[in-house]
Amino acid sequence: MRNLRWLPPALYILFLLLPIYWLVSMSFKTTNEILGSFTLWPTRFTLENYAKIFTDPTWYNGYINSLIYVVINTVISVVVALPAAYAFSRYRFLGDKHLFFWLLTNRMAPAAVFALPFFELYSAIGLFDTHIAVALAHCLFNIPLAVWILEGFMSSVPKQLDETAYLDGYGFWRFFLRIFIPTIAAGIGVAAFFCFMFSWVELLLAKTLTSVAAKPIAATMTRTASSSGYELGLLAAAGTLTFIPGAFVIYFVRNYIAKGFALGRV
Amino acid sequence: MARITLRNLKHTYAARPRGDQDWALKQLDMEWSDGGAYALLGPSGCGKTTLLNIISGLVRPTEGRVLFDDADLTDVATDRRQIAQVFQFPVVYDTMTVRDNLAFPLRNRGVPEPEVRAKVLEIARMLDLEDMLATRASGLTADGKQKISLGRGLVRDDVNVIMFDEPLTVIDPHLKWQLRSKLKELHQRIARTMIYVTHDQTEALTFADQVVVMHEGTVVQIGSPVELFERPRHTFVGHFIGSPGMNVLPCVVDNGRPLLGGQAVAVQNPPSTAPEGKRLEIGVRPEFISFDRDGLPVVIAKVSDAGRYRIVEARHGENRINVLTAPDVAIPADSARLRFDPAHTRLYADGWLVE
Amino acid sequence: MSAKTENPRGWLYVLPVVVLVAFNAIIPLMAVVNYSVQETFGNNIFFFEGVKWFEQVLNSERFHSSLIRQLLFTGIILAIEVPLGIAIALAMPRRGPWVSVCLVLMALPLLIPWNVVGAMWNIFALPDIGMLGRMLNGLGFNYNYTQQPFAAWATLIAMDVWHWTSLVVLLAYAGLSAIPDAYYQAAKVDGASSWAVFRHIQLPKMKRVLTIAILLRFMDSFNIYTEPFVLTGGGPGNSTTLLSIDLVKIALGQFDLGPAAAMSLIYFLIILLLSWIFYTAMMRGEEQR
Repeated sequence: MRNLRWLPPALYILFLLLPIYWLVSMSFKTTNEILGSFTLWPTRFTLENYAKIFTDPTWYNGYINSLIYVVINTVISVVVALPAAYAFSRYRFLGDKHLFFWLLTNRMAPAAVFALPFFELYSAIGLFDTHIAVALAHCLFNIPLAVWILEGFMSSVPKQLDETAYLDGYGFWRFFLRIFIPTIAAGIGVAAFFCFMFSWVELLLAKTLTSVAAKPIAATMTRTASSSGYELGLLAAAGTLTFIPGAFVIYFVRNYIAKGFALGRV
Repeated sequence: MARITLRNLKHTYAARPRGDQDWALKQLDMEWSDGGAYALLGPSGCGKTTLLNIISGLVRPTEGRVLFDDADLTDVATDRRQIAQVFQFPVVYDTMTVRDNLAFPLRNRGVPEPEVRAKVLEIARMLDLEDMLATRASGLTADGKQKISLGRGLVRDDVNVIMFDEPLTVIDPHLKWQLRSKLKELHQRIARTMIYVTHDQTEALTFADQVVVMHEGTVVQIGSPVELFERPRHTFVGHFIGSPGMNVLPCVVDNGRPLLGGQAVAVQNPPSTAPEGKRLEIGVRPEFISFDRDGLPVVIAKVSDAGRYRIVEARHGENRINVLTAPDVAIPADSARLRFDPAHTRLYADGWLVE
Repeated sequence: MSAKTENPRGWLYVLPVVVLVAFNAIIPLMAVVNYSVQETFGNNIFFFEGVKWFEQVLNSERFHSSLIRQLLFTGIILAIEVPLGIAIALAMPRRGPWVSVCLVLMALPLLIPWNVVGAMWNIFALPDIGMLGRMLNGLGFNYNYTQQPFAAWATLIAMDVWHWTSLVVLLAYAGLSAIPDAYYQAAKVDGASSWAVFRHIQLPKMKRVLTIAILLRFMDSFNIYTEPFVLTGGGPGNSTTLLSIDLVKIALGQFDLGPAAAMSLIYFLIILLLSWIFYTAMMRGEEQR
């Protein structure tokens, strides 16, 4: 009985793809055409939006800048989160439960009012308009996320694994790197992807902390909404291009996310 | 009750197997008689878990048939084979109490509730879990959880075979012994077939009446622990069982007499015909070697004291020979001569006993 | 799960995390608290006003209606996204080439900058030139989200479900992947039905990741700003003016930093309280250490 199990995911993905198709088709239309009438397929297929992006440094630099600080942030976040998550998962120490919850509280406030204080803070330490500034600022919400996700996966690994390794003579770091990390691969894949994703799409802090040198693509895109009216075609093209790096990331970590399934023979 | 027959069994996990090494189970034909306590012994990767899973139905064999009392159950699902299995990793349903865990298999099969309660109580008593029935299963220690796993198999009346896949792996060492004795006691009480997979020879030898030794996907020998110890039919069996294992020494045969380094050695199974083109070896356990004035000349390399006995590591040319002696036996300092007890020294060709 | 071991050196492991997060958290937070208790007339001279802003905010009708709208919104999307996400994760392929395809396609909505998400749905749902708008009107519905509050809400919710359900799916999927085979095998031996497997094995084992998913969606949806702002601007009227949109209007529109800061802190405390209750309830079952 080859069941219809594939149907729900297929329908869901269809639902997801519809607006995306719309976005992609808009990217090949002129703004006039988009606003003028409804067409399922571009009547005047044009590449001018993409051309603009690939030739204008203010556009493509936006992608490069975003990519730089997002990668820095993802690496930092996951790397420092690993030992911390291990400690939360395996050890008891003073204030551990409260500290763990406190981490999450850093995602709880509406961002708008915090823009100004962040601007002042990073200007004061001379990091305004640098990639590292945005990378560090994003640690505020990404590190807690990474710690929470990793801790969740670590806690489902039985402690016997650690103990067996120590009995076999493994030192802590060797155990951690060669045995433990592969066991929680799914968690690392998910954490890495989410850190990448949340940092990539974050607009407010990235815009506030940069002006020219490290200006991210999301900020460049808001420009189109104000200066020459609503340059929708350009915006659509820029938007379409933004999901390419992320698609790579998830493709890269897909094996980690589905790792548990791959190991099974059931 | 069930007699299990495995016929022409072969299994591979590879989609397109190329060579011998892709087959987890090579040609297998065997019969497990009713009510026996069996151990499936072998090193990691020898195919014992695969074999177990084929019997229980969790794995469908690439080739061959599985029969329970002459009924072909190869295509029958696990829950209809009347088997129970305890896994390496203690499996309990965390959200349920111990009682509900034990009741689970019965409730799934629509057994009336009063019967369920009675059965659960009976099994809980048998396993010393009675005072924990109302506790949440997730709160138990590893050995408690394994008992629950075992219990879920015992509650069902229709279970004829209980299988254990290295169940003591995550148990604390001092509790292993307790659980092992419990299993042995259970077997004597309920008289159902039990198949116990392990790579630990002590576990296998203490639990089982019959031990099935596996190596690289084939069954190498089936026999009682005593038989395996005294008369290994394969050098692997000799080497794997016993601590230290059997000494395996390359030799040649000249005129029907095995020779070690030119010196004749008396064996229990002298060859009637000269074995051609095979790798010849002499196998003798360290327990059956003694020091003698006439005998094989060796050099003493090391002596280890294990309390109730001593292990002497001797060298004959390039070969290492282990000797087990009582603590009061005098051990020569540098060189000595060894005598092998002919009743326990045997000739092997290509690993197999020459008969 | 056996007990954790007492280890005061645990602090060393968490130190880098604490430093990096606290650096970004404490100083700006102090600044905001500062604003919330002071008044300025725009000339950078501040007067301490105590709890005046807090009282003003808490008593304002506008705040109450935004709060109710926000609670409704968050409640609805949680009720849709969590079960839907779990269901999709259960049905997704686990091995083979389709795994990569599914994962990549599902991740796409998450990766689009939020202003683009708002903008594309804005056009997508327009009754005259948008694909969705045309389709719905073509099917006989009288649909115009720019003028009808109900349509605006429906579109907003559809947009959020489209945008964020994949987050729940990914977390649930990874959590499912971490369940050892032995559980499924034992369930087979015990004769458990698929529903029993879901209820007694999969759901409990996913509890931790689901907690993360629910908390994340709760917090993020409570603070949601860009997407609804670009989609409806808070309208028609103020029917879709959620908390953050209201906040920004006050903070930047009127440049009332004091009330804005106070409002931020109030939202923060609301989210904190609700999250803490939820978290404690979820983790209660695991507290036998």
